[in-house]
Amino acid sequence: MSDPEVTDALAREHGLSEHEIALIGEILGRRPTFPELGIFSVMWSEHCSYKSSKRYLKTLPTAGACVVQGPGENAGVVDVGEGRVAVFKIESHNHPSYVEPHGGAATGVGGILRDIFTMGARPLASLDSLRFGSLEDPHQRFLVRGVVAGIADYGNAFGCATVGGEVTFHPRYSRNILVNAMNVGIARADQIFLASASGPGNPVLYVGSKTGRDGIHGASLLASAEFDEETDAKRPTVQLGDPFTEKLLLEACLEAMATGAIVGIQDMGAAGLTCSSFEMASRSGTGIEMDLDRVPQRETGMTAYELLLSESQERMLLVAEAGREGEILDVFAKWDLDAAIVGRVTDDGKMRVRWHGRVVVDIPVDPIAANAPVYERPIAEPAGRAALRELDLAKLPAERDPSGALLQLLASPNLCSREWVYRQYDQLVQSSTVLRPGGDAAVVRIPETERGLALTTDCNPRWCALDPYAGAQHAVAEAARNAAVTGARPLAVTNCLNFGSPERPECMWEFAEATRGMGDACRALGLPIVSGNVSFYNETSGEGAIPPTPTIGLVGLLEDVRHAVPASFRAPGDDVVFLGETREELGGSEYLAVRHGLERGAPPALDLAAELRLQKLLAAAAARGLLRSAHDCSDGGAAVALAECAIRSGIGLDAALPAAGPRPDVALFAESCARAVASCAPERTAELLGLAGEHGVPAARIGRTGGERIRIQPRVDVALAEAHDLWSRTLPEALG
Amino acid sequence: MSARVGVLMFPGSLDDRDLGRSFGLLGADVRMVWHKDTRLPELDGIAAPGGFSYGDYLRAGAMARFSPVMRAVLDFAASGRPVLGVCNGFQILCEAGLLPGALVRNRDLKFVCQDVRIVVEDPGQLRAELPPGRDLVLPVKHGEGAYMPDPDHKPRVAFRYVGTNPNGSTDDIAGVANEAGNVVGLMPHPEYAVDPLLGSTDGAPLLRSFMAACLAARTRR
Repeated sequence: MSDPEVTDALAREHGLSEHEIALIGEILGRRPTFPELGIFSVMWSEHCSYKSSKRYLKTLPTAGACVVQGPGENAGVVDVGEGRVAVFKIESHNHPSYVEPHGGAATGVGGILRDIFTMGARPLASLDSLRFGSLEDPHQRFLVRGVVAGIADYGNAFGCATVGGEVTFHPRYSRNILVNAMNVGIARADQIFLASASGPGNPVLYVGSKTGRDGIHGASLLASAEFDEETDAKRPTVQLGDPFTEKLLLEACLEAMATGAIVGIQDMGAAGLTCSSFEMASRSGTGIEMDLDRVPQRETGMTAYELLLSESQERMLLVAEAGREGEILDVFAKWDLDAAIVGRVTDDGKMRVRWHGRVVVDIPVDPIAANAPVYERPIAEPAGRAALRELDLAKLPAERDPSGALLQLLASPNLCSREWVYRQYDQLVQSSTVLRPGGDAAVVRIPETERGLALTTDCNPRWCALDPYAGAQHAVAEAARNAAVTGARPLAVTNCLNFGSPERPECMWEFAEATRGMGDACRALGLPIVSGNVSFYNETSGEGAIPPTPTIGLVGLLEDVRHAVPASFRAPGDDVVFLGETREELGGSEYLAVRHGLERGAPPALDLAAELRLQKLLAAAAARGLLRSAHDCSDGGAAVALAECAIRSGIGLDAALPAAGPRPDVALFAESCARAVASCAPERTAELLGLAGEHGVPAARIGRTGGERIRIQPRVDVALAEAHDLWSRTLPEALG
Repeated sequence: MSARVGVLMFPGSLDDRDLGRSFGLLGADVRMVWHKDTRLPELDGIAAPGGFSYGDYLRAGAMARFSPVMRAVLDFAASGRPVLGVCNGFQILCEAGLLPGALVRNRDLKFVCQDVRIVVEDPGQLRAELPPGRDLVLPVKHGEGAYMPDPDHKPRVAFRYVGTNPNGSTDDIAGVANEAGNVVGLMPHPEYAVDPLLGSTDGAPLLRSFMAACLAARTRR
């Protein structure tokens, strides 16, 4: 098969703009070959080049005392003490999961796992932030089942515990679901591997699965354009995952790294062999010469174009020390994996690729990788957004049945039990899971130490839709609070920025506002952003974009993991303590959406200084062993938080929430920031309240645990068994 | 004197390190045994761990039984020394014919990870700390854990689920022993219930019982 002639029309079909086509001519001084055109198209795709987001990402804080490696590598790295580092990142796999939910979600998990072990870390825990359309919609149920099964099949068979995440439903995700996968691994601080191709003359090795025709243009076309009627035809662009091979690849890579013969290593994810080789060479200021005939191939007759762009999974590119390649080949042979020397590092800054004895690619590395085009897209605040933030509480009907409202919230798709999801995940492998899913943050022990990590993902898209600046700030604050209630000190952040088309000024405005909010909140809370991913084009033609969804993944540190505090009550007879202050605000709340069918009003006011005081109090109280349980008050407000503590423990309560204005629904269901509910042994309550005073956090004993009922003043009194039943049934009944 | 326990490592084994670690915490002398090995080191007992050996794309345990090491494991079991299979290890021992019956897809066709309660019935050589009637809370995590007995053979039931049957197993069977009592397999994971930090510690008496059987076997020889 001969390559087609490269014309401007063909270049446009590859998603390149007129400007970019002209730029290619300038760089090469000639027309590109067909394989070269493929390379430009993937390297300059939105997904690989960050061309619309780069200028905003540069404004985010990335430095901090704990930071060992910030953005730019396969994953971020932070120091967690005792000679260990945590390596973590979150990444989207949205479009593939919509087109083929099981395979899309599975390879999303596989991709993020490789990002972690490429750096020399053993993946320890996964989290998945999932957004679907309405649970009422049968197609969404199909998508939920497929995505959850895909995550389970890959993660469980690979052997990494899935310990947390989120699942929420909103009609605006119905034609573009979100699957954001996060992984955290642990490495020794002195054994981190980077994606460098240094040392001209060093051999370049290809290891792992053979290359097939799957996933060609998965990242560049599927992830870098919006959906339309042709989307189903893109199913072949979804890659196929094989967790068994990935598990072998993990063990073989870690063993090969231990030989000391590896100079640099990079996984082949988006844009496969092309992206990995360009990025490695670009980071080291070198070039690479490759012979495609040596690449292990799954099918016959593959062209250079296909070999360069395939996104077959479970593959790595690595550079070895010259003369020591045999040691690496031996390790891969032991694990029965393919490994081949496919090229060598050069010093001329060029990528030269041979195929069937001919040079088919001969282009400079840097103008394509490091100096890809960057755009300043127009931005414009969408009309009517400010009006949506108006809410007159005086016009909202009074809540006549607070007990009924609580039960309705507990049974609602966004607040009900997530057990249907996480019981399909292996939560235990590697013997590290101290706090399992279902609480605020999961807590895992750092192997061979007494330390622990608190892990969480958070974002409230409804708030981000009403006010992306405030919503992104809240996402950071809530993630930090979720880690803090376990007793951990929030350490660092990874982000997954899911937005609509950057070519639409309203979406770009949302992106600009959200990144500004995220940066401000991270600076105020002292949280560096060490890794992340941007996912644009989350929309389907004619149906508008998803709500802006800047998902935050956060890692917190517990110096003594034995002090980890669970979310649910521990024993009857404990005091219930309320921390923080409820304001008279219901804007954007679950209560307003579920009970009144309204999605409007300004998100709650955010007081980052109060958040910081609460975080410090929680860490200090946990370290002193004062907290039997602690749970963040967020979606659904304080009443839902207290009910969750009771339902999950099987221990009732009798408590009175502090009033916040005349409306009972505000005290019960407002989602004010910087609040938590805790339980403590009665003889320690005075100490806890004193400690709260020292930290400047309002605190009050509001009741006691015990009994078979959930009694919360004002005017909530429901049987624990009934609440448990309603809360547990929603997902199993909808999903089977 | 500590029990010398060999933990098998197949490609795709996932709980091998955890099983070895838990035996180690309880004082066993643990040796990891690679699937390509045809000769075993000096051992008093062998444990086959959980995971997805060879990816389990065909049928759980169906490939692992052909691993080079399995010939030696069959001989070891025939000598009457203790062999324990946990989860995928149980599936492998059934596929290899060391235990009767088979394990099939869970009733609801979904993987399940949760704590379950089991009761001890007739645990063969694992009787040291497991009197009949003793309750244990242990986690399960599997997709193919529903036990199906051979139609013409009533198995020797080592453990049964109490309350919740997580996978639709016949007669709530959670684990079985062979006729000689030296080979025992179960779906729940004792190795994830040893360290109090991680929850239940009910796995410790089960693993210690296996270690006691190992020492008894060494004394017999």
